[in-house]
Amino acid sequence: MQSLRPFSVLLSVVASLALAGAALAADLATLVGNLTSGGLSEREAAITALAASGEERAAPILEALAAGQLYVRTSDKVAVIGKADGNRLALVDAISGSPAGNAVEADLERVRVNNRLRGTIEAAVGSLTLMSPNAKVRLSAAESLFKRRDPAALPALDQALAAEKDPRIKRAMTEARAAVVLATADAPAAQKLAAIGVLRDRADRDSLGVLNAAASAASDAEVKAAALAAAGSIEQTLAAWQMAQNVWYGISLGSVLLLAAIGLAITFGTMGVINMAHGEMVMLGAYTTFVVQEVIRTSAPHLFDVSLAIALPLAFVVSGAIGILIERTIIRFLYGRPLDTLLATWGLSLVLQQAVRSIFGSSNREVGAPSWMSGAFQLGQLNITYGRLWIVVFSLVVFAALILILRKTPLGLYMRAVTQNRPMASAVGIRTPRVDALTFGLGSGIAGLAGVALSQIDNVSPNLGQGYIIDSFMVVVFGGVGNLFGTLIGALTLGVVNKFLEPYAGAVLGKILVLVFIIMFIQRRPRGLFALKGRSVE
Amino acid sequence: MKLGTLMRTGLVAAGLAASAATSAFAQAGDTIKVGILHSLSGTMAISETTLKDVVLMMVEEQNKKGGLLGKKLEPVVVDPASNWPLFAEKARELLQKEKVAVVFGCWTSVSRKSVLPVFEELNGILFYPVQYEGQESQRNVFYTGAAPNQQAIPAVDYLMSKDGGEVKRWVLAGTDYVYPRTTNKILEAYLIQKGVPKEDIMINYTPFGHSDWQSIVADIKKFGSAGKKTAVVSTINGDANVPFYKELGNQGIKAKDIPVVAFSVGEEELAGVDTKPLVGHLAAWNYFQSVKDPANAEFIKTWQAFTKNPKRVTNDPMEASVIGFRMWVEAVKKAGTTDPDKVIDALIGIKVPNLSGGISEMLPNHHITKPVLIGEIEANGQFDVVWKTPGLVPGEAWSPILDDSKNLKADWTKPVNCGNFDTVANKCIGKAAK
Repeated sequence: MQSLRPFSVLLSVVASLALAGAALAADLATLVGNLTSGGLSEREAAITALAASGEERAAPILEALAAGQLYVRTSDKVAVIGKADGNRLALVDAISGSPAGNAVEADLERVRVNNRLRGTIEAAVGSLTLMSPNAKVRLSAAESLFKRRDPAALPALDQALAAEKDPRIKRAMTEARAAVVLATADAPAAQKLAAIGVLRDRADRDSLGVLNAAASAASDAEVKAAALAAAGSIEQTLAAWQMAQNVWYGISLGSVLLLAAIGLAITFGTMGVINMAHGEMVMLGAYTTFVVQEVIRTSAPHLFDVSLAIALPLAFVVSGAIGILIERTIIRFLYGRPLDTLLATWGLSLVLQQAVRSIFGSSNREVGAPSWMSGAFQLGQLNITYGRLWIVVFSLVVFAALILILRKTPLGLYMRAVTQNRPMASAVGIRTPRVDALTFGLGSGIAGLAGVALSQIDNVSPNLGQGYIIDSFMVVVFGGVGNLFGTLIGALTLGVVNKFLEPYAGAVLGKILVLVFIIMFIQRRPRGLFALKGRSVE
Repeated sequence: MKLGTLMRTGLVAAGLAASAATSAFAQAGDTIKVGILHSLSGTMAISETTLKDVVLMMVEEQNKKGGLLGKKLEPVVVDPASNWPLFAEKARELLQKEKVAVVFGCWTSVSRKSVLPVFEELNGILFYPVQYEGQESQRNVFYTGAAPNQQAIPAVDYLMSKDGGEVKRWVLAGTDYVYPRTTNKILEAYLIQKGVPKEDIMINYTPFGHSDWQSIVADIKKFGSAGKKTAVVSTINGDANVPFYKELGNQGIKAKDIPVVAFSVGEEELAGVDTKPLVGHLAAWNYFQSVKDPANAEFIKTWQAFTKNPKRVTNDPMEASVIGFRMWVEAVKKAGTTDPDKVIDALIGIKVPNLSGGISEMLPNHHITKPVLIGEIEANGQFDVVWKTPGLVPGEAWSPILDDSKNLKADWTKPVNCGNFDTVANKCIGKAAK
């Protein structure tokens, strides 16, 4: 019965703080009944009462409540916990914990919670699960207590600290305790000073928040000074991390620009076609992803995690094929007439947008993130999201693959030959029209690949491409027309510059400054960062 | 020779077409034309196409009931293509060429501003169904969306209350154009009035369609670590919302830590997002699809049948369009004519049921009374109403919080008959203000 001891301690504390004594004697059924009846305002007391009851079922019931999985069955008014199981919900009786069949959502009424109650529940569940045999649960309990800083959790924390063996969890608990101590108005100054020390060593954004709050609430001058000093030292550490963060954000933005621009680097950069419909090729790639995911959702849900891998080749083929079609039917008649090409492709981009709007509707389409692309991890004080990380990796892989194609395959050889000296290439027997079509197809296909990646971070809507077309041209021109490495360096430079400007100048001014910078730069170096030299220039 | 015949045939055809057009015009006496001025292409198509469909549905419903004044209603749809100057051109086309009796249209404030002079010049009637920044009242325009005091101010009040989490620190984030800028100006003045120190307010603007939110979300996180409860008030518009919410989810900003309350995010906007990480973030509107009311259930059923899509969602501007349409119908019945001057006068005081169980009234300042609801995002992309004003809130054309508008009032009834009446100087400023 050792595991119940913290509960009884907690119980007495909570009881003395807020609760009517009557609730303590009530059994689980009454407690759950109170929880599920009444409005939002009465629910808070019911949550605290249930948490203080010491009942074993309290934690799972409260967790279900916070997750929106606690229901009352309309037919017999029994409280049940429902978890999604296909189209129906698999039910568990809230009080006994035994399976209770299944139901559709329409036959159940959900017990509602709001943000404030979710916070209360987090604190309550935190206290209740501190002694859980599962190390992960204990860790997350400590973390949620750190966030909630509920003074009532202090006895439970002390209890758990004494029993804890795992050093990592012990540290989390110590930190949580420090945060709670600082949030308790009447804690002794000595304890508060020790707590400030603990938090200074933790040195992250959350502890900064706790320290700032403590400093403004402190009545004791010594405590206040210590909290301020600790906050100051954390801020210094964080300022250094901020630099790293800006660099990372810059690389991440750069990789998105690179992906959007790399196809254009082929069609515009090497072929010289001002392709305003490039953005729409990206959009088609994103819609291909959407279609693939739709099919998977309806026919093979277990494949969802590989949906992007399936979408990649399809997007390449779809965009590439449409690119070849455009080249054969429109662009090949316009070679050497840049203004006409510009207008024709601009019109084409509008046609493609409206076509997609007619087929898929004008509203955004949901493209889900596979599990390996959701969430984030912490690198020091740097918060890196998996989605962004994979996009950086993906853009570099695409870039490398493209370089390989251009350097090591016959097609690449022909492409370079045709773009560098068309009459000569033709004279040695290369079928230049075919190479033109394939080159344009390759550029468009790569735009399609970019669309798959961009569907993860942006809207999948008919306007998707428009947002990237200006940036793509900017990158290609800045990097140097006709030079792939120029595109790489250009994209990354623009990304990093943008992200360093943004915190100081704001997003709007930052963007303007980047544009002005590029205009000035092009004045100085009209051929971009890495200008092609030699005969091909003419 | 051949060309000659071709041209002659062409001329004949043109003549035929022209006579057909005139005969159609002659028949127009049997119908009442209803103009629809919503973008069907371009950036705003995502939001505005739906409103076009709603008005078409209302017209169809009305015709099923036998039309209006014994005549059928005939919708005239034009596409201003999210192009602001084109809005003015198309408005002129509707009023001058098509001779419509009323226009339902516009979404962005800039499109509304661009058609104002046209409606004034040609004496048309415009119903504007979207929440906006206020500071305007025009004789020819009826505003059925929320004014700031029917959306922004109650939302802030809620967040300041115990249930809302007693927020002390505020991020006002918006897209860089007139609606967010004016709304944030009003909110900032309101917060300062409520005793929030200036350093606890952070204002941030982003360009239209902003898609890289990493730094801004990190900044919000940083701003939120000052040890006071922080909330974000978002006037971010349109397409930029999806990547914003995705980034919030990715960086692990939970609603119980830093809630985001949005004024431009409704059921339609959430259709493209995985809402599981967003549960608990808020939106302030005057209507939610999840509102439990027989009128709403009926409306949703009709809408889903009309669009032949059982999953089609409804949202606040749609409700505002419906209210506007019903008010116009009632006013025309009351006036017994579609003559603009008579209908404009008849509209004031018209009461029609809204879709959340109340009765909305057109006020003398051309705004309407509405309930204000705060909803939390649920995992299924719907909103759970967590707070509601006890009664209906009358819309204010001019904010009493801002210094330059606190003395102004709009009243289109006699004897004032003015959109910007200065109550201190006791005179109508009229166009001089613009």
